Amino acid sequence: MDTYSLLRQFADSWMLLFLVLFFLGVVFWVFRPGSAKEQRDSANIIFRHEDAPVVPAAPDPKEDRE
Amino acid sequence: MWDYAKIVALGLIALAAAIAANYARDAAYLVHAIIIMLAAGAAFIWSVRQIDEEKPAPEVATGYLDGVVRYGVVATAFWGVVGFLAGTFIAFQLAFPVLNFEWAQPYMNFGRLRPLHTSAVIFAFGGNALLATSFYVVQRTSAARLWGGNLAWFVFWGYNLFIVLAATGYLLGATQSKEYAEPEWYVDLWLTIVWVAYLAVFLGTIFKRQEKHIYVANWFFLSFIVTIAMLHIVNNLSIPVSLFGAKSVQVFAGVQDAMTQWWYGHNAVGFFLTAGFLGMMYYFVPKQAERPVFSYKLSIIHFWALIFLYIWAGPHHLHYTALPDWASTLGMVFSVMLWMPSWGGMINGLMTLSGAWDKLRTDPIIRMMVVSVGFYGMSTFEGPMMSIKAVNSLSHYTDWTIGHVHSGALGWNGMITFGALYFLTPRLWGREKLYSSAAVNWHFWLATIGIVLYAASMWVTGIMEGLMWREVDANGFLVNSFADTVAAKFPMYVVRGLGGVLYLTGAIIMVVNLWLTVTRGEPKSAPATVAAPAE
Repeated sequence: MDTYSLLRQFADSWMLLFLVLFFLGVVFWVFRPGSAKEQRDSANIIFRHEDAPVVPAAPDPKEDRE
Repeated sequence: MWDYAKIVALGLIALAAAIAANYARDAAYLVHAIIIMLAAGAAFIWSVRQIDEEKPAPEVATGYLDGVVRYGVVATAFWGVVGFLAGTFIAFQLAFPVLNFEWAQPYMNFGRLRPLHTSAVIFAFGGNALLATSFYVVQRTSAARLWGGNLAWFVFWGYNLFIVLAATGYLLGATQSKEYAEPEWYVDLWLTIVWVAYLAVFLGTIFKRQEKHIYVANWFFLSFIVTIAMLHIVNNLSIPVSLFGAKSVQVFAGVQDAMTQWWYGHNAVGFFLTAGFLGMMYYFVPKQAERPVFSYKLSIIHFWALIFLYIWAGPHHLHYTALPDWASTLGMVFSVMLWMPSWGGMINGLMTLSGAWDKLRTDPIIRMMVVSVGFYGMSTFEGPMMSIKAVNSLSHYTDWTIGHVHSGALGWNGMITFGALYFLTPRLWGREKLYSSAAVNWHFWLATIGIVLYAASMWVTGIMEGLMWREVDANGFLVNSFADTVAAKFPMYVVRGLGGVLYLTGAIIMVVNLWLTVTRGEPKSAPATVAAPAE
């Protein structure tokens, strides 16, 4: 079988199956029990560190030029 | 040691560019070699002057690397105005061909200014906006300073050098004739280097994050960076004719080349103009609304569905061509499916305001963002519809396509970027608020009316010309010549140009407003109290 047909057959079968299962896996993972609390926490990340990083970077003179 | 190595490297680059300029075989290459020589020379002198200088203390106010974000904001505003100006001018060139000035042939005719416009708005305006916002967002959501020290500065300056090379190349006639991928081989190589550095900075910051979870905006930004790298490399596989000339020959030929181009072209829309800007949406809309995103579950599904489907949509650009039928059907089907995640994302963005709809009345920035998300929804409905073969047989090659692109670009990308700029400027320059809220309102209405004029005139003219092209008389002969359609389109072209004028005026008002915010804005009263996270 030439490369094109081989790859085409693989793409149409196993790869397609893998991608669909991966996507369904993501959906199940998103709705898994106990995820709501974690996701609520994640959604609020943007409100936590507006002004400074958690561990202030050690003042390394090489890192800055401002 | 590193400082000396850098100086040596910059000196060698400047020298090599000077040699290349000497051997240059065409004008574009010559000018580019000189630009590279000057850029490397300037960086060389700047680096020499830094040697053994006392390094200033690192920024204390915030531990984040915000200087590069500030530069990105300035570059975004600057390139935005340049790109809109070029777009408005070429719109009038189409209406009044006399604007293709005789004295400026061929440098300022429509054919050369058009890629300048598209690259200026997509890559210069949009690209700098993505650089600035991704650097801002990844730091805030990772609670970590940008990784790689000055590498972020290299990314910023390197990317803008790429833009200057691309823009001057178009004017001088160096193009590989691939839509949105016009720059020639050495410019492509340079962008590849810059892009790898960008990926390193972004990933490095994510690796050292202090939050357990990677916030969804970063997923979108990361998919944008990774996918653009892949698309850029594959679509630009070409062999230069000479080491000292701009011209190159594509590796793919015929329909394979066309398919590779539109696989690139549509995913440039999908990952540059959609995924990257969705990263902005998922940060700036919740921040400006001061409430978390409507559904975090939906945002994750939105992400995976979008990236799984978008990559297959490209063939819809090649309906009724030499492309095999199965491929164009595949492209159509995936484009239609893509409607779902797109609207999921739109709903997620809009519903973030639920319980805070009053902000629409009081906050012109949130209004801008909401209109932006609305246009995202509109153009992601229009796109799948136009990808259906029957519709495409009418719409393809007409100005309907141009209208569709602009409702997405002006409405979605433009408005969310303006919102982000209004959000970022007071924060980055330590100002209490924007200089003028009324000016934001003016900008909002000018931009919105401008888009409506643009999109409506393009619908009318696109459908009209599509119908005129296919009109046959009783004997089966075509009724209209091509010139007939051109003549019939004139009024709509003028309306489109006026829409561009309004949009450009709005952007200039924004630039003035941002400038006054930085120079005359009321400084933030007290240094922000560093609130300890409640955990």
